[in-house]
Amino acid sequence: MMARIQALGMAVHGRLERCDIALAAGTLTMLVGPNGAGKTTLLRALAGVGAAEGVVTIDGEPLAGLPPARRIALLAYLGASRDVLWPLSARDYVALGLLHDQGDGRATAALASVEAEQFAGRRIDTLSTGERTRVQLARALAPGALALLLDEPCANLDPQWQLAVVERLCAEARKGAAVILSVHDLDLAQAHADRVIVIDKGRIVADGGPKKALSPAVVGRIFGVERSAQGGWQRLNPRADPRSSR
Amino acid sequence: MSLRLYLVFAILTFVLLAVSVLVSLQSLPALFESDPSLAAKILVELRLPRALLALAYGSVLGASGAAIQALFANPLASPDITGATGGAALGAVVTAYLIGFASPLGVALGGVGGAGLALALLLLLAGPRAESATLLLAGIAISAITGAATALALSLAPSPFAFYDAYDWLMGSLVDRSLPQLAFAALPALAVTVWLATRAHALDTLALGEETAAAMGFNVVRLRYGVVAATALGVGAAVSVCGAVGFIGLVGPVLARALTRGHPGRAILPAALIGAVLLLGADIAIRFAPPDRSVPVGIVTALFGAPFFLALVARMRWQGQR
Repeated sequence: MMARIQALGMAVHGRLERCDIALAAGTLTMLVGPNGAGKTTLLRALAGVGAAEGVVTIDGEPLAGLPPARRIALLAYLGASRDVLWPLSARDYVALGLLHDQGDGRATAALASVEAEQFAGRRIDTLSTGERTRVQLARALAPGALALLLDEPCANLDPQWQLAVVERLCAEARKGAAVILSVHDLDLAQAHADRVIVIDKGRIVADGGPKKALSPAVVGRIFGVERSAQGGWQRLNPRADPRSSR
Repeated sequence: MSLRLYLVFAILTFVLLAVSVLVSLQSLPALFESDPSLAAKILVELRLPRALLALAYGSVLGASGAAIQALFANPLASPDITGATGGAALGAVVTAYLIGFASPLGVALGGVGGAGLALALLLLLAGPRAESATLLLAGIAISAITGAATALALSLAPSPFAFYDAYDWLMGSLVDRSLPQLAFAALPALAVTVWLATRAHALDTLALGEETAAAMGFNVVRLRYGVVAATALGVGAAVSVCGAVGFIGLVGPVLARALTRGHPGRAILPAALIGAVLLLGADIAIRFAPPDRSVPVGIVTALFGAPFFLALVARMRWQGQR
């Protein structure tokens, strides 16, 4: 399994400035940025959802116009919304993300891979937001796509499950998938990402290994925080809005 | 839904079809002996069109109701509640009574045009990615406008009997329709039902959310316009011949989803069968009205459908959905 996502000339009017991104197989990339920076817009553009300029190719194959059967094998996308529209069972929900011939067993296996097999027969609208997040992640993982694009898969999860999800995604990357996910937790990015992309005001402002991309200078300038003596984060300028002070 | 259940529904539909053709014709054997050509005429030209109309109209209401509910992710949406039925009635009345183009083709075109305009107006008002509340409110507003405009068109019609004439038709009736009328209602209805059934997988995927379906490669915008155009065609043509029959497009899909483990898309075909069974049954029930009284079939479906609608709203509210 080899995946290389290449996105050239991505731009979304007014939201995302022109940028070129290449994501290599076997890499876990984390996308960070302040609220409203354009993380969701970038992920949507990479997934080919909505109106975006530019061309996305996976393994050299242009994404636009591919039929569902091919696209499901290339790319899986998990949006930011945790809403569910119909009261389906978790197993049926996960199976909807699969091709017809991939079967129910694969859905159950995907649920088990995020330790959610106990929800298989339960109606997804009766699950808590965190439980639902894991079921929705299982839906994205189930087809075994080459590229995984995940918008805040760790949101609504307690620390234990955040780590479990990141470890699971690491395992997908080690198997050869190209994984990109947006996160809010900078510690999570520093500890687990192979590569971090920092985005602000629709522009990529830092890109590289976690040490380099999340240097104190970048974190201070973009997020308005610094490491405290206790090892946590503290605001650089607690009175003023950090974004307007720079 | 399992193959066995499909078989049960197919048999049930067939039995009801036979009952609809033969019910309260106790004198038929005698008539066949005395005047076989008259007996055959009654069966082929009166009873059969009526039964086939119920079958076609019921299935297109069930199928398009299921498709619209899947599209708007709301179990309360249906052709009547989104204003499509009202628009079709208005289009047909204007074509027949004001423009004076009263041939089956003219009225059918008027019905399709009216339903199409109503649904286009709905998309314009509520937007292609509407919240369900906006969508349903817009549908209610369109139904109110088309209802008033239909009454106005009938008041202004040159024929003084327009109101009386249209009452029986607009309340929903399958009685005394000709073979060409049957063709203009049933052929679009069956074509639309089949086409909608082919969209089942795409509409199921929409249950994952529009974004996810789009990322999986489904053309959500084209699907939306396709379902809306198909509904306008199927329901519009059927309303132009049989008038407005309410609630089958709501009840059929809700019952069907109970058989498809809640899948909205694969409920389309079962909803079509349930719709056909319901309308055939309602049309058989009205034969038991007192002699020389006729009850429009739309009244029966509304009598049973409206309480069902209320129960559905109450259940959604208790479960805290939307």
